[in-house]
Amino acid sequence: MSQNLLEFKNVSKSYSGNQVLKNVNFDIRPGEIHALIGENGAGKSTMMNILFGMPVIHSTGGFEGSVEMEGKPVNIMSPFDAMAHGIGMVHQEFMLIPGFTIAENIKINREIPKENALNNVMSSIFGKRMKTLDFKKMNQDARVALDRLDMTIEEYTLVQGLPIGFMQFVEIAREIDKTGMKLLVLDEPTAVLTESEAERLLKAMRSLAVQGIAIVFISHRLDEIINVSDRVTVLRDGEWVATKDTKDTSAIEIAELMIGRKVSIEREEGAERELSKDIMLSIKDLHVAMPSERARGVDLEVRKGEILGIGGLAGQGKLGIANGIMGIYPAKGEVVLDGKKLPLNNTKQVLKESVAYVSEDRKGIGLLLDEPIDSNIVFTDMQVNGNFLKAFGLQDSKAISEHAKQMVIDLDIRCTSEKQHTGRLSGGNQQKVCVGRALTQKPNLLFVSEPTRGIDIGAKKLILDLLLKLSREQGMTIVMTSSELAELCSICDRIAIICEGKVAGILAPNASPAEFGLMMSGITDTDSVKEGGVS
Amino acid sequence: MDAVKSFFKKVPIATLIIFGFWALILIVGFFLDFRMTSLFSDTIQRFGMWGLFVLAMVPSIQSGTGPNFALPIGVVTGLFAMVVSMDIGFIGFNLLIVSTVLAIVFGCLMGWGYGKLMNAVKGSEMAIATYTGFAATFFFSMIWLLYNTDNDFLGWFIGRGLRNFVSLTPFGTDQILDNFWQFEIFRSTNADGELIGGLVIPTGTLLVVLLACLLMWLFFRSKHGIAISAVGMNPMFAKATGLNADRSRVLANMISTVLAAVGIIVYAQSFGFMQLYDAPLMMAFPAVAAVLVGGATAQRSKVIHVIIGTILLQGLITNGPPVFGRLLEGADITDAVRMIVQNGIILYALAQMKGGGK
Amino acid sequence: MTNNNANTSKKITNFLLDNIVTIVFVLFVAFGFYAADGLAPSALINEVLMRFFRNGLLVLSLIIPVMAGLGLNFGIVVGALAGVNALILTRYFEMAGMGGLMLSFLVALPLALLFGYLTGKLYNKTRGQEMIAALIVSFFAEGVHLVFALFVIGGIIPVYANHRMIIPGGMGVRATFDMGQHPDLIRMPELETAGMRLAMDWLWRVNFLHAALFIAVATLIYLIVRRMLGKRNPSIAQMPTVVFFINCAVCVGFIAIAAFSLFVPGSAMGMELANVNPIPGVTALVILGFCLLTTYFTKTKLGQDCRSVGQSQHIAKVSGIDVDRTRIIATMISTVLAAWGMIIFLQEVGTVGTYTSHRMVGMFSVAAILVGGATTTKASVKNVIVGLILFHAMFVVSPAIGRYISNDEGVAEYLRTFMVYGVIGFSLGLYAWRTLKAARDKDALD
Repeated sequence: MSQNLLEFKNVSKSYSGNQVLKNVNFDIRPGEIHALIGENGAGKSTMMNILFGMPVIHSTGGFEGSVEMEGKPVNIMSPFDAMAHGIGMVHQEFMLIPGFTIAENIKINREIPKENALNNVMSSIFGKRMKTLDFKKMNQDARVALDRLDMTIEEYTLVQGLPIGFMQFVEIAREIDKTGMKLLVLDEPTAVLTESEAERLLKAMRSLAVQGIAIVFISHRLDEIINVSDRVTVLRDGEWVATKDTKDTSAIEIAELMIGRKVSIEREEGAERELSKDIMLSIKDLHVAMPSERARGVDLEVRKGEILGIGGLAGQGKLGIANGIMGIYPAKGEVVLDGKKLPLNNTKQVLKESVAYVSEDRKGIGLLLDEPIDSNIVFTDMQVNGNFLKAFGLQDSKAISEHAKQMVIDLDIRCTSEKQHTGRLSGGNQQKVCVGRALTQKPNLLFVSEPTRGIDIGAKKLILDLLLKLSREQGMTIVMTSSELAELCSICDRIAIICEGKVAGILAPNASPAEFGLMMSGITDTDSVKEGGVS
Repeated sequence: MDAVKSFFKKVPIATLIIFGFWALILIVGFFLDFRMTSLFSDTIQRFGMWGLFVLAMVPSIQSGTGPNFALPIGVVTGLFAMVVSMDIGFIGFNLLIVSTVLAIVFGCLMGWGYGKLMNAVKGSEMAIATYTGFAATFFFSMIWLLYNTDNDFLGWFIGRGLRNFVSLTPFGTDQILDNFWQFEIFRSTNADGELIGGLVIPTGTLLVVLLACLLMWLFFRSKHGIAISAVGMNPMFAKATGLNADRSRVLANMISTVLAAVGIIVYAQSFGFMQLYDAPLMMAFPAVAAVLVGGATAQRSKVIHVIIGTILLQGLITNGPPVFGRLLEGADITDAVRMIVQNGIILYALAQMKGGGK
Repeated sequence: MTNNNANTSKKITNFLLDNIVTIVFVLFVAFGFYAADGLAPSALINEVLMRFFRNGLLVLSLIIPVMAGLGLNFGIVVGALAGVNALILTRYFEMAGMGGLMLSFLVALPLALLFGYLTGKLYNKTRGQEMIAALIVSFFAEGVHLVFALFVIGGIIPVYANHRMIIPGGMGVRATFDMGQHPDLIRMPELETAGMRLAMDWLWRVNFLHAALFIAVATLIYLIVRRMLGKRNPSIAQMPTVVFFINCAVCVGFIAIAAFSLFVPGSAMGMELANVNPIPGVTALVILGFCLLTTYFTKTKLGQDCRSVGQSQHIAKVSGIDVDRTRIIATMISTVLAAWGMIIFLQEVGTVGTYTSHRMVGMFSVAAILVGGATTTKASVKNVIVGLILFHAMFVVSPAIGRYISNDEGVAEYLRTFMVYGVIGFSLGLYAWRTLKAARDKDALD
């Protein structure tokens, strides 16, 4: 067995008391393709941030444990240190300059100066940066890197206008062109590719591995992991779960390991509840252009009075659904509310139909942080339904403040008064203000997205209880989108899993972890997984 | 002590600097035997002249368009309204009223177009607004030159075109608002026992400005005003609550343009002259600076900022030249100081904007 | 087929949008020349050439900041002020001739480097709003200049109270001072002294037709050589064949006209073109030199870094380029070129407006480069040359258009100022609109 190229030993990391990585061990050998899989928040990004010495790690007190390369502990303090150690990364967002040629992109900030008399004179007077560049040599280097990936495209082509798949290869070419490149991290590289492009990429990965480069392959696609990797490591909630030789495991096992049994918020009632047959909302072929959360043809039905959960991995498009229906991002398709067709891309009309929305982006979209609680709470109702107004369209300050006071009591918003700016509130209380604003509209249908994101555990329970109460006592229909499967399982009647912009399937809250795991990876043709099925 | 500290935390440094400067001028003036009442009278008059221009900054800043650097568009619109009203033959109060009505109508039209333009160039509003304002000034200069009028007070005796400086005295509109209910306080006698001037209060002009301020204050407590504020504070929030951000921004810029158009009428009557051609060119900058001096930023402003800022900056600009002139025996440093202060404060505000410095 | 048509019409629309400003100016100038019935071609050429060489370096100074993503540097006014202040010093000591001019360049250099450094710092603090910041900083700098030239000179720095540049009383520089006369032009030795006026321009005067012939031949050779090299090395960017042949045809046309005028005596065209003044050879070489230097700069590591920063500050930063420093250096280079450009400008004009000369430098230069087809993010030597010619041709023919509109030359004055601001506002607006639209299209539904 060859020596490990890289080794994480008992690595832990916490952000202000919140532990996101616990005693994780991880190793990779030269020429190995090692897949890394886990839900959102499982700790993949934190591991990579540590590997690349990102400022976010070191400005928050570093990490515990050690990182070793080729048996020696290394101290990676910046991405440039990582580069010096031969570690490269291809990000999900391309770092390419469209107006540059492929070669220029590959050689960015590693350009090769010409060595001639004039350059020596210029550089001795004005500094090294006044040397002219040897574009010929740069092009040759780029050619070599592209050839290693079996890319035939000319190195002097502009990146502008290249197909996405080609850009991915240019990114990889840039990394392998760096001298001494030993380890390459690919973060969801196939997410943006077409099927044939993805096929080509996997082939290129294998050939790089044969050339001796180790590859960390982060992906949610179980079939690709099975297909290409040598070993797979599963992370869950910041903890190492398992490392397996790929040939000894199966998609079902990986899925199960990934989800686990981790329902921390107990369900108080049984999973089965008699649901109304009436359809409240029917969504057909919904496409939403929300950056990095695109929906690509969602079909979904929401029944009257139910709490429908929408789950799935980050970037798969689950957040796009509510945002699209509410008109926050461009959408097309057909959405029917209570037998009436909803106009798309028309937020005001949708709000007028007594549909309310609590956004996943509390601070960015959900609140006016420099305004008091009361103006935030009545805002939508005032603008959409014209309530809380006096003559000449002036605001009725008395009514506003009375209503806000009531909401503060009803929702238990902890604040100095209803005049406190929402920017000063804690996350949980901010979320309650958002909910209060939605409730002020007296909605029949409520969309809530990531209701407990960034909220401490006590407040989480309060918010979920509140949603449950609204459903049970007022019969409100709720569509709750969340990355936390556990919380979906704790209050939802049914859970739709979104994968690659489409509904992969609908599961009952007590479905098995493997069913959830497989569905999140887009594998739906397994026998054990049926719509709404219970294992 | 804490009270002092929190006071300094709340009052922007720029406001304090300008206040300090103005106070210094007044103190120096006092020791150079200037009549304080006369210095203050000048400042109050200038406050009346500039009040509406500075107020025009509030809606555009609140809507997220940024300070209205295209103030000259509104100004030339107001001038056009005055020219038309004069040419028709109105005089006195009638001239004032007719030109104000026309200024509002034309201002709405121009403001609508300008607002549309600002929506088309989101992110680069300030630079483009500035050059659009400059271009508008010279476009209207051509109109002044080509305008045909039989009114000899308005046009040249020979040939075509309007005068550079049109005196309002023949039209009976000279200081018509300033003189409305005007009164004088703190009159005193000098050493020889002669009665000398006190603090002159141009009641009519002040009433107009303060009324506009009140209306603006109320407007931002109404549905549409609140919508404009929200659009400026957080466009995504506004979108999620069903607001039409583009329409709110257009409305805000229409109000701003109308204020500038009416503002030049108030300005001209107080000044006693209507200045055409390139006079409006640089008018935006003192107005922008004033609202910033008052404590506004390029993204948030209130009516109170307008009142404080206009008094402080115009106080400095108005009282500086006579005082410095006597101190330095004729050499006037005020213009240089004004340029540094006025533009320094705008640069400071730009540096404080989101996205800067990083 | 319809797809093809749609493509073609899209191409045409894009071409028009890309070049609309240039096209409008070409039409304007053509119409102006027609309206200016009786304007001799030689007079037009003389006026345009005079302004071309006078403003060349100033406009050229705008290229590098555009490359580095700073937009159009209206702040070259700050550089111009460095030039003016250098001249205050050298003219105070009555420096004259090319030597005096060289000394002025030398004095301006550290001033401009300092001013450029400070301006660059400011641009880093006002990221995203550089262009409005640049305009405001030019007003701010004028205020500082006022304090310095009016109060510090004479007030703090001792000067001879009766020096003819100093305001009587001994404090402050007069509103205007002269560069001193060119020795060949002195008519009244008792009143005029030799100085720096035309010191560079008249160092070597070249017959216009000779120069035109030389330039046209050189350009033709360059075009052909580049084309042949490109045949062998595909990485050298090539212009479309049609454009290549048009360019060659234009060169051949110029060669024919110049040769005909020179060698066929007595022709009407030859006599007309003989009226064109000689061109300032050294100034032309200096401008050409800086054109080449700018091109050279783009091929250096620093130039490549500027381009990276200009295209994406984020990617440049992630790749390890010191973004802030690169932007400051770009501003400093621009400021130095502007300072020198201002000195060249003033040696041609001959009189310095201590408090006014710098004022329009930023606007006019920016307008010129925009007319030449530059945008907020793209500018080249070609834009500078085309822009200089078209913009100044507009200046020359606009009185004729003024007369055409209203029989009033006054209109022309306002018309051209309107054109200057209009072209800036319009270009910036068009660019902002197209950028916004492209961003929206990118995030649209598939």
